[in-house]
Amino acid sequence: MIKTMDSHPPHTASPQSAAPSELSQARADFLKVCDFDFYYGKKQALFKINMEIPQRQVTAFIGPSGCGKSTLLRNFNRMNDLIDGVHHEGDILLNGRSIYDKKIEIIALRRSIGMVFQKSNPFPKSIYENIVYSLRIAGVSNKRILDETVEHSLRGAALWDEVKDRLQDSALGLSGGQMQRLCIARAIANRPEILLMDEPCSALDPIATAKVEDLIHELKHQFTIVIVTHNMQQATRCSDRTAFFYLGKLIEYDETQKIFTNPGEKQTEDYITGRFG
Amino acid sequence: MQTDAPAIEQGGIKEFKRRPDLFRVLCWVASAATVAMLAWIIIEITRQAAPSIQKFGLDFLTNSKWVPNRNIYGVSPFLIGTVVSSVIALIFALPLGLAIAIFLSEDFLPLPVRQFVRFTVEMLAAIPSVVYGLWGIFVVIPLVQAFGAWAVVAFKDIPVLNSIFAPPAYGNSMLTASLVLALMILPTITAISRSALVAVPGTLREGAYALGSTRWEAIFGVILPTAAPGIVAATILALGRAMGETMAIAMLIGNSSRLTSSLLSPAGTLAGLLANQFGEAEGLQVSSLMYAALLLVVITLFVNIAGEAVLRYTQKKTAGIR
Amino acid sequence: MNTATAEPTDFFSGAKAARSSARSLWSKFLSGICVGLALLTLVPLLSIVFLVLKNGLPLLSWNVFTELPPAAGMTGGGFGNAVVGTLLMVGIALALATPFGILSAIYINEYDPYSRLSNAVRFVAKLLTGIPSIICGVFAYAVVVLTTGGFSAWAGGFALAILILPTILLTAEQALLGVSKAYREASYGLGATNFQTIWRVVLPDALPAIMTGIMLAVARAAGETAPLVFTALFSQFWIQSLREPTASLSVLIYNFSTLPFEHQIKMAWTASLVLVILVTIANITAQVVFRRR
Repeated sequence: MIKTMDSHPPHTASPQSAAPSELSQARADFLKVCDFDFYYGKKQALFKINMEIPQRQVTAFIGPSGCGKSTLLRNFNRMNDLIDGVHHEGDILLNGRSIYDKKIEIIALRRSIGMVFQKSNPFPKSIYENIVYSLRIAGVSNKRILDETVEHSLRGAALWDEVKDRLQDSALGLSGGQMQRLCIARAIANRPEILLMDEPCSALDPIATAKVEDLIHELKHQFTIVIVTHNMQQATRCSDRTAFFYLGKLIEYDETQKIFTNPGEKQTEDYITGRFG
Repeated sequence: MQTDAPAIEQGGIKEFKRRPDLFRVLCWVASAATVAMLAWIIIEITRQAAPSIQKFGLDFLTNSKWVPNRNIYGVSPFLIGTVVSSVIALIFALPLGLAIAIFLSEDFLPLPVRQFVRFTVEMLAAIPSVVYGLWGIFVVIPLVQAFGAWAVVAFKDIPVLNSIFAPPAYGNSMLTASLVLALMILPTITAISRSALVAVPGTLREGAYALGSTRWEAIFGVILPTAAPGIVAATILALGRAMGETMAIAMLIGNSSRLTSSLLSPAGTLAGLLANQFGEAEGLQVSSLMYAALLLVVITLFVNIAGEAVLRYTQKKTAGIR
Repeated sequence: MNTATAEPTDFFSGAKAARSSARSLWSKFLSGICVGLALLTLVPLLSIVFLVLKNGLPLLSWNVFTELPPAAGMTGGGFGNAVVGTLLMVGIALALATPFGILSAIYINEYDPYSRLSNAVRFVAKLLTGIPSIICGVFAYAVVVLTTGGFSAWAGGFALAILILPTILLTAEQALLGVSKAYREASYGLGATNFQTIWRVVLPDALPAIMTGIMLAVARAAGETAPLVFTALFSQFWIQSLREPTASLSVLIYNFSTLPFEHQIKMAWTASLVLVILVTIANITAQVVFRRR
């Protein structure tokens, strides 16, 4: 079930996303977490997490600070492996394959999963170079393909009109909201399967936040999105399913509507109504 | 028209073929070579010194005769010269360096003046050793000669002093070399001491002032004691630098192999010995020079390790204060 | 006067006030001494600069760069070969030391920061900075001069390389540390390998600071004499090959300063002027041109 990396990546296609009915059946367990424990050294951060994240939907992780939602997110593309002394029990499966399978290269995994960080981190390069970075590291150098990718990704991130005349300018000259949308464009440039977003709007003003949220609505037609957020209204607005975490445990996971109107667990209700933050 | 569908259709993970990271190997080799370099230096010098070590053993350090013609080698005058010149240099440089460091960390005078002084000290550090030597020949030697002439007469009948300032008063002398050496290690002491002083948390200063201290009561009572480990580190590292200094010393100290107690007489240091004699040495002389070099390496390594250890200790200590 | 606690203390008169003003006076006096001593440091520096200019300028002309050193007792001539020699040997030193320094820094900062090798490298680099420059010459003597049977520019360059290696390594390490972690995270998140991240993101960003370190090393190496006195020795002639004794500015100053001829001494001052200018330019380039935003 491994997709082959051709030398011409599959975005010579038109920028419009295909209508949902043309795509095959989306998997309900596209990203599946099985009995997952996670430790930073001796400290256990995640306790027996079990969940199935459906394809091409937006799933939100909510919960108070330190509850493990970011930790779990960063395990999906094994970014936590960069930290010394971590280990885990249990498994995480992407489209039926364990991401910890010895035969899978972490590099390959990370190229299949896009990540947007809390504080936007564009490279100190031009806007153009930021976007094509993931293509260059995959060995693509054909200028036509690179140009098309840049336009496609920036359109996809709703940034094209604003920067199309200054693609060679430094990315660091953009505003905060633009930088974050650039990071989103960069993350989707190489057509990842999943887009992980770790509190992407926490450093943005309301207008920029609204733009990013509109973007998420657009992107979910093509990508599976998992978003960690502190902002419950954001979860309500953007996500199809919501998972509530507390102290490293998954307390409740259900359709967003249900979580926020009729939560099953008392803790969930307490958190949503603001009884603790 | 092809849609994006086929790509996502299959799902799953992109393929990537891992190739060995040759660059990493290259970097590893460079690192290993760097570490090996230090070992190689010590081993090679020891190897070259072996004949002399075999012949003289530890007597090399205590013999005071260095006579190439008769293959008699002993470095005690040079060992003592190294230590004495460095210590005297420190005696001059430490108070001066500390004063400058305090000046730079307090606001006696406006910022531009402080920046200018700091720039001056940095310039002093950049001047090549050989230029210090040249300057020393034409400025310091006459001064020391004049001072020496006076001192020899003035201290003639005072015990101890009359052997430290014994006639004849040469220009090329221990005193001359030590003075210039002091100037050369001044930037080291100033820079490290200033860092130590500036690292003293503002809360400590404020506390002292709030209790009604004058500025200097705060400095002596609180700031200097807190910065003391850093100042000690500065001193030790400056000592290490002084012991290794070669050219200016070689040009000013007279390069004598006789042991004397007078500061006004020529003397010699290990580094100066090496600079002067290596060019034309042969056989056992080369070996003995290597032995001397080995001693110099060992001494400076020890001093530098001690200095670094104290520096690391001070960084830990001030890091903890809120 | 009643000293009962009901009375407020008079801050501005009385014994306590007198003591306090004496303390203030003493403090001011000490400040004066401190400032005086600090300004005193200007004196030697000004003296050196003044003398180098005063004694060095008269003979400074283009001849100095195009002619060879005069024989003892003769006038005229220059030290063109010494300038060339210095630049050559500093160049050799850079070519030898820079790869080792930068690649080592990359290993200890990017690949395996906590390994034993990395800790050893950091420790050794610090120690190597404390090695007296004459020892670099002694080592080069043992390794190059004794094995090749003669003095050469290679030996001199090698000695200088040992001298500047730790500086380049440590400044390169600092340069790499200065690269924001966020950039690395973004790169790894996009699925870049270690090498790609280092080559495409980290090194380009660290380059200005690395160049600063290199320029500082150049400044240091150009001014050094001890590593060259018995490795490259000296030469009165233009350089024909790297395998023979080579002149350098610093050794020229050393040799000429002890000669009893006035002209040679003047040459030494002029050479000092050129050397100081060279070193200053390198230092300024390092600190100003490559300064990070």
